[in-house]
Amino acid sequence: MNTEQEALKMPRLDQPLAIQTCNLAFRWPGQTAVLHFPDIALPQGQHLFLHGPSGSGKSSLLGLLAGMQRPISGSIKLLGCHLDTLSASARDRFRADHAGVIFQQFNLVPYLSAMANTLLPCRLSRLRKERSTTAPEQAAETLLTHLGITRDHWYRYVGQLSIGQQQRVAAARALIGAPELILADEPTSALDTDNRDRFLDLLLDLARERNSSVVFVSHDQALARHFDQRLNLEARP
Amino acid sequence: MNTLRLALSLTAASLWYRRRALSLIGLTLTLSITLMLGIQYLRTEVRQSFTSTISGTDLIVGARSGQLNLLLYTVFHIGDATNNIRWSTYQALQNDARIDWLIPISLGDSYRGFRVVSTNDQFLARFRYGNDQPLSLTQGAWFNDLFDVVLGADVARRLGHQLDEQIVLSHGGGRTSFANHKDLPFRVSGILKPTGTPVDQAVYISLDAMEAMHVGWESGIALPGRVLSPTQARARDYTPTAITAVFLGLNQPIQTFAVQRELNQSTQEPLSAILPGVALSELWRMMGQFEQALLGISAFVVAISLIGLIAVFLTLQAQRQQEIAVLRATGASPGLIASLYSLECVGLSLASCLLALLLGMLGILALGPWLLEHYSLKIRLRPLRVDEWALLGAVPLAALAVSLLPAFATWRTGKQQSFQKPGL
Repeated sequence: MNTEQEALKMPRLDQPLAIQTCNLAFRWPGQTAVLHFPDIALPQGQHLFLHGPSGSGKSSLLGLLAGMQRPISGSIKLLGCHLDTLSASARDRFRADHAGVIFQQFNLVPYLSAMANTLLPCRLSRLRKERSTTAPEQAAETLLTHLGITRDHWYRYVGQLSIGQQQRVAAARALIGAPELILADEPTSALDTDNRDRFLDLLLDLARERNSSVVFVSHDQALARHFDQRLNLEARP
Repeated sequence: MNTLRLALSLTAASLWYRRRALSLIGLTLTLSITLMLGIQYLRTEVRQSFTSTISGTDLIVGARSGQLNLLLYTVFHIGDATNNIRWSTYQALQNDARIDWLIPISLGDSYRGFRVVSTNDQFLARFRYGNDQPLSLTQGAWFNDLFDVVLGADVARRLGHQLDEQIVLSHGGGRTSFANHKDLPFRVSGILKPTGTPVDQAVYISLDAMEAMHVGWESGIALPGRVLSPTQARARDYTPTAITAVFLGLNQPIQTFAVQRELNQSTQEPLSAILPGVALSELWRMMGQFEQALLGISAFVVAISLIGLIAVFLTLQAQRQQEIAVLRATGASPGLIASLYSLECVGLSLASCLLALLLGMLGILALGPWLLEHYSLKIRLRPLRVDEWALLGAVPLAALAVSLLPAFATWRTGKQQSFQKPGL
């Protein structure tokens, strides 16, 4: 498998690395094909654009970075912590404490309100709850307001929101408690161009404010210019 | 602690969100729990009511027969006496120093389907039911005159009789009799307080009245010219030649078995003496088989409802993949997600138990008076007994046990959850 890394900026040595991977390889259980990934070195606060055709292993890489799967070889160091050596439950813990996640769609728990969905990470992780300077509810209100969710939508079931609104609530959930990492898997693919650009701007701005690093997966090359680093995964032969 | 709070609040939110889908299965579960609990409750109540039909009586003595037969016709007014016992036997019992009191009864006639019990004032004074409760009258007084009759509570209520009304008794049993003692009408002198026992379903006259009514009826029908008119009847003196049975109480209950053996081996006359408590529990054992089976069936109904509940949860599980993915990605452990299923099952069953309790309470309050009126069954509202609580508590436990099935499936899914995509 061929990989290519375009480093636009050299990692600044005074910033600790948010992500550092080395010779990562992964195989889905029950499959023989092995995915190899290029090495990543992302300083804290910088954003990474992950690009590639379907089947190139973008989601698998995010799964590895999120600690949901374990690589068959190679190492992942997140925030100085060797993720690949942690147990499954410790990886869950790590994800709750240090990562926010945004999916392509269906990001929210249907039986909770927008507010409750946003607050979910603070309830799963004491660290996320304590990291925000204000009370979690207030932090959630600020985030939702910044992301353009009006007050009358806060306490409604998320099923009543539009797709664009749902994605913004998901962004608020990922950002709350200022996690060091935000993993976004094509979060704009269900949005139109206007919404897409607005969403990306908001996400990156708010992430920058919190010094969070965003790993953003998309097949849309036009978005790449917003990011400090780009990584292209190529299709499997 | 925090995780538990989160799990509980997610469970509550999830149940509330799915309330429409879950309400039907919840209703099924509620009804089945009500049925099971209701049967267990009624079992206790009916047994209580049944075994308290008669109390305080040490022995019932009648002509030789089986103990159930003797119990049925003397206490429950079901069936007929095989034979009478001689008056001389009764007198011999009266002279027995070990015996404290005697209630003679004589059966055979009826009043519009209700038994006529001819006895004396000892019946009012000595008969006890329930928890040693005596009889009392709501209106009027115990019979005093030869042609006075005292009505059981049911008889008075169903036939709408008032004090001082004249009634005509019938010869023999049965609802419609062709032979009425129409020459000798009786006056209602008193009405007994309801007891919830067969006492309510009989009318009471004196032993003398029974004898008077049957002068001229020796061949089984009234012979014209031989039956008495009321004035003739009052002029005569009666001593019964025979009675049907005797209820007796001893000075010292410890002698019960000795007296019983003596009576059973009497050479004067073939007698049977029975202990009412023993006979009652034997009768209950026969009927108890049936209610055991009923309880078993209702437990099955609850089990079937629980299986239905799990079927609904397994169906819902397909719709919940996304939610599991979201929770996993946010850092929830597979155990937490699996526990949601168990908590939801237990939560729903607890809600059903609560509703069932409420439903049962309302049911007893609503049906209690009706049951007392139509079946002489006294069902009172009381706190649940330990075995009933245990039965009720078994429901959430069973729900927890069956919920392990979807919970385990979810745990596996959660464990293999990939980024965004449902597990393998």
